[in-house]
Formats: sequence, structure tokens, C-alpha cells
Amino acid sequence: MAEMWINMGPQHPMTHGLWNLRVKVDGEVIVDAMPEIGYLHRGMEKIFENKTYTQIGPITDRLCYGSSFTWNHLYCMTVENLMDLEIPERAKYIRVAAIEIQRIASHLMWIAAFAADLGLLTGFLWAMRDREIFIDLLQALSGSRLTYNYARIGGVTADFPPDFERDCIRAVDYFEKKMPEHESLYDSSKIFHMRTRGIGVLSREDAINLGVTGPTLRASNAKLDVRKDRPYEVYDEIDFEVQCHTDCDCWGRYRVRMNEMRESCKIIRQAIAKMPKGPVRVKTPLIGPARDAIGVVEDPRGEGIMYVIGDGTDRPYRLKVRSPLFVILSAAKPMLLGYKVADVVAIMGSIDVCMGETDK
Amino acid sequence: MNLWDVSYAISKFLMDIVNFIFSGILGLIPDPVGSFFEGIGSWSVSAGVVNFITMLLEALIIIIVALLNVIILIWIERKILARIMDSRGPFYVGPIGFFQNIADGAKLFVKQIIIPRKVDKFGYQIAPLIFVGSSFLILSVIPLSPGFAVTDSNGLTIPGGILFAFAVFAIAPFSILVAGWSENNKYTLIGGMRSAAQMMSYEIPMLLTVASVFLLVGSFEFSDVVSAQQNIWFGIPLFLGLIVFIACMIAEVERIPFDLPEAEAELVEGWTTEYCGMRFGFFMFTEYMRGYAGCGIATLLFLGGWLGPDFIPDEIWFLIKAYIVFLVFIFIRGALPRIRTDQILDLGWKRLLPLAVLNLLIAVAIKAAGWI
Repeated sequence: MAEMWINMGPQHPMTHGLWNLRVKVDGEVIVDAMPEIGYLHRGMEKIFENKTYTQIGPITDRLCYGSSFTWNHLYCMTVENLMDLEIPERAKYIRVAAIEIQRIASHLMWIAAFAADLGLLTGFLWAMRDREIFIDLLQALSGSRLTYNYARIGGVTADFPPDFERDCIRAVDYFEKKMPEHESLYDSSKIFHMRTRGIGVLSREDAINLGVTGPTLRASNAKLDVRKDRPYEVYDEIDFEVQCHTDCDCWGRYRVRMNEMRESCKIIRQAIAKMPKGPVRVKTPLIGPARDAIGVVEDPRGEGIMYVIGDGTDRPYRLKVRSPLFVILSAAKPMLLGYKVADVVAIMGSIDVCMGETDK
Repeated sequence: MNLWDVSYAISKFLMDIVNFIFSGILGLIPDPVGSFFEGIGSWSVSAGVVNFITMLLEALIIIIVALLNVIILIWIERKILARIMDSRGPFYVGPIGFFQNIADGAKLFVKQIIIPRKVDKFGYQIAPLIFVGSSFLILSVIPLSPGFAVTDSNGLTIPGGILFAFAVFAIAPFSILVAGWSENNKYTLIGGMRSAAQMMSYEIPMLLTVASVFLLVGSFEFSDVVSAQQNIWFGIPLFLGLIVFIACMIAEVERIPFDLPEAEAELVEGWTTEYCGMRFGFFMFTEYMRGYAGCGIATLLFLGGWLGPDFIPDEIWFLIKAYIVFLVFIFIRGALPRIRTDQILDLGWKRLLPLAVLNLLIAVAIKAAGWI
């Protein structure tokens, strides 16, 4: 069969968002690939330049619909670095608990999308069912279910609602009980192994050279996690393992995310247990100093970085967002070459694409 | 009381009315017009015409029964699959959502039928006809009971019914290929090619397992196959064959995990991408009808067909067994992801084909030992 280009996207079930993956196929074998992004560009970074530091907070929620709290928190942390603010200890623990709740919710949404891509709708609905519990927790915290706007410069919006610690522990207990059920659906399925093992191999060298971060990098056998290597908030006081996998393929990415959800449960328990009493927010200046600052966090999808330059006014001069997926998508070609068209969904599904943060 | 007798009675009654209208009323008109109408009237009650109308009625009854079954099957699938997925399935329309399919059908029916400008019109329009028509044709040879089968006036079914059923079953991938090619869309083209590749992998093991049944029975008739299972269902000695047959039948009716030609994640519903409205509805409906036919054939070949204790009518026994086979299809769909094109070829040639040959050897051994 002759070679031909296929546009997978911008409207395609595989894309999870608005982007275009052009693949050149010879029969069903991929011989070339070219990701095209920019369909969801909202000019976020320009908007940031025209808003005050306080006004930017809610907009950063919109960077990623899968894990909006991470980005909101990253922004607040970056501005705190800029203003040299020390936030209360309790607020740090609350943030860590909320980030990990958000990470579980995000990973569950990933496994849901991945299962649906592979044609396993049962996995989709099971993951969405359990994600609901964590979304409910975040709703109890912040009042909304998708864009929380919970972190504030100088702390968090409000303290825990009554009995929130108990609800958290219950949710984690429930989820840890349900995890084997989720895993058995995938691990004991021969076809799932056939669809993921040895598919989308990204070697350790390639992953590092292409700047891939997050679960995708850790699945390529590189033990790199910002939470461990460059602890922010109170991650240095919390005991958890960095999950990595030696397989470098879709199966490895699946295992890494599954194990990370277990670790997140552990982190939530510890954060709730170690949380001191006290205030959750400090008074902050409205005007940022004329210097620059950087914030780095471990987003569920990779390494999120924000770089802010203040010019002595109440608005940032520049706020640069380094989104993990923008970089990971550049690894699409080395991951795709030589595999079949049907593997595109498995490979692109396994890196957890979120277009909001990629196009900004 | 069998299908032919019922149809013949109705047909005779209808033709008598026609005869009365033409000969009795229009025949009163003076000649030569009156005698012309009288000629039509007497022609309409001749044996040939009545038999022909009877056959049409038989087909109509078979199709109506099949459609009712398909509606029930779709409802069962939605409810059971929803339970597997920990949700509830349809429950608004009708009692426990039973009329949801009818609502969906009505919705598809009122949608505009769009023909894309650049399609090959002939192929685009003929493919649904072949697909739906060939699928309905399968039903003509599947008997629900000795009485409920399409017969001619001598009470004889279509000779070689099993061969006919599988021959007609295998037409659909051809129409999918035609549809995929004529739609002028890369996804549909890949879908059509996948359908052809898939057919090569499952068709041979499936027919080999069927051959083992032929070997034991020595006949190509469904009725002979069922009556040979009086003592023991073939599914028990030929358990291997039953497994291979069901695996191949899932591929034949294109359900998860073998629904490659219409993989919605990577091929955007594959070969049905450019069809809309009721055409698409017919495809979906016909796929379930092929599922029903496949379950029916599995029941007849391996599970004793309509045989069972007498307190339940034969037809109901057949349907119960067919529904249980369909439940297996549903559980498999709920538990497995979609397989890949090259993997289904591997599966067909490297796993199912040796198993089917082994099954054939078992059948030969049983036949040689004279156990059945």
C-alpha cells in the first residue's frame, strides 16, 4: 500500500483535547509523525501580563482541566518566592494534601481515558466512579469541582471544613481497597498486556535528551521527581517512594501511575496526621518587587515550572509557564515510529495529554 | 402447527379476498373487462401464487421475530454491560428502559441523510444494501424449532442450510470493504482493509470447527445436527470447538475485542464514519442482528438447539440458549480491551487454527470410536 498522511485531529477521539497528530502510514505501520499544536492557544501568558497578581490566580486554574489545583498552587508558590513570603506551616500541609488529592483525581482521569482509548469502557467508568470521591473532597475544600482557585498567595483560601480529615481518611481507605480491583482489570487481562507491553518504547537517553519529565520519564527508568529532588512545601518531611519502572513502554507508564496513586494515598495520610494547628494564610503585599523568581512543582503530568519577573508594580512584567506536555509531545515521533496505527491511541494515551497547559 | 401452515392459511385467506374482489365484484362488469378481472382473480388463488405469497409471509414472520429478539438483546446488553461497568443503563424510556432503543431508532430515523460530495455514489449506496440484506438472509436458514423454519410446500428446508448460513455470513466483510473504499476517507479505507484482514484470520478456524460437527452428524442440515444431539450436546465432547467457535463468532460479528474495522478510538468508527442517520442506525442494528444469528448458530451446532425438557416450548429453549451465548459475548466485551490488527492475525493463525485442527482430530476420534 502506498504511504499516506493521516490527520489524527484536531477533532479525533484519540487526541483528548484540541491538537493534531499527523502520522504518515505505510499500510498500518507509522513511518513518520508530526504533532501540531496551537488549536487551544488562549494567550494565557499575555493575559497574565495585564492582570494584577491577585487576578491571575483564578486564570491559572484554567491552564489544565485535569489538575487545575497544581497550576494554581504553582503560581501562588512562584509569587511567594518572588515576594519572599513565608506561609504558615498548616497551609503548607493543606496544600500538600490537596495536591495529592488532585494527583489521584488526575491519574484516575488518565486511566479512564486510557482504558476508553483501548476500547475498555469498564475501566473508564470504574475510574470515573472513584475519581468522583476525590473531586468531592476538593469540592468540600474549595466549593467547586473543576477549577478550584483554592490556593492563595500567602496560604490557602480557607481552613479545612469540619470533619474533613475524617472524610479524607475514609476516601483514602476506600480507594486503597478499590485499587486491587482496578489493577486486576488491567493486569489480569492478556489483551491489555498485548496492547501495552513493548509499545511506545522511549529509551532513558531519549527521554532525558528530549526533556521528558514526570511519569513518562520515570517509566523510562529515570528516578527523577521534583518532590524528592527539590522539595517544595513540606515534601521533605513526608516519607514516600519515587516510583519508576524499567520497561520504558506504555506498560511502564501505566504501572508508574498506578503506584503513584498508592504513594499519594500514603502522602495524604501523613499530611493529615502531621498537620499542625494554626493560621492558614498571611497578609500579602499587593505589589511585587522588581526581580525574578522561579517555582518548580511535580505536576501529575510532569515538571511544571513558572518563571515570573516583577517590575515593582502590582502586575508581573512577564510570567512564563513551562508546561510538561509541550515538551513531552516533542517525544511523540521517537515513540511512534515503527508501530501500528492502532498503537497511536495506546502511546498518546499513555502520556496523559492535556491541551490546556500545552497551548496555554 | 408450523410456520408454513400458518403462513399458508394467512396467504390463502388474503388470496381469497383478492379473488372475491376481482371475480366477485369487478367480474360483474360486462365482458371483455369483467372476464379479464375474473382471470386475475382465479390466477391469484392458483397454487403457484399462493405458495409464493406464503414464502413472503414466512420471511416476514422470521424477520419480525428476529427484530423483536434484537431489540431485547440490545436492551439486555445495555443493562448487563452497565451493571458490569457499575452504572445503571437506560431507565427513563418505558419500563426499566426497555423502549430506549425505539427512542434511539426514532431519533436516527428523523435525521437528515447526507451523502458526502466526493464519495463514490454507487459503492456508497450499495454497501449498506449488501450488508443489511446479506445479514437478514442468514435468518432464513436458522430454525427456532422443527416447526419454526422456512420451508417450501413439501415441508423441506433449504438444502445445506449450515453451508448457506456461513456463506452468507462471509459476504459482510466484502460490503465493508466496498463501503470503506467508496467513502473517500482514509479512516474508512483502513477500516475496510482491516475487515478483510480480520476475515482471513477467523474464517478458517471457524469453518474447521463447523467441519467437526459435520463429521459427527454427516449432514449439512440444522435439523439433523440438532436431532443428533439428543443424547449429548456437541459442546461437551467438542468443548474446544465451542470455545474456538465463540471466539471466531465474536470476530465475525465484530464486537469488542475484535471490533477492529470500527475501532472508535483510532479510526473514528472506522468504515461507518461517513454514514449518518438511519443508514448508520441500520448498521448498528444489523450488527446486533448478526450477533443474534451467531448466537443462534452456536446454539444449534453445539448446545443442542431447541432440545430440552418439554415443559418449555422448543422455540423458548432455543432463545434461552441463544441469550446465554449472547451473555458470554457481553461479559467478554465488558472485560477486555480491543485487540490490534496484527495480533488478531497471530491469534487466528497461531492459536485458533491449531486448536480447531485439534478439535477436528477429537471429532474424528469420537466418530472412529463410535461414541456418537
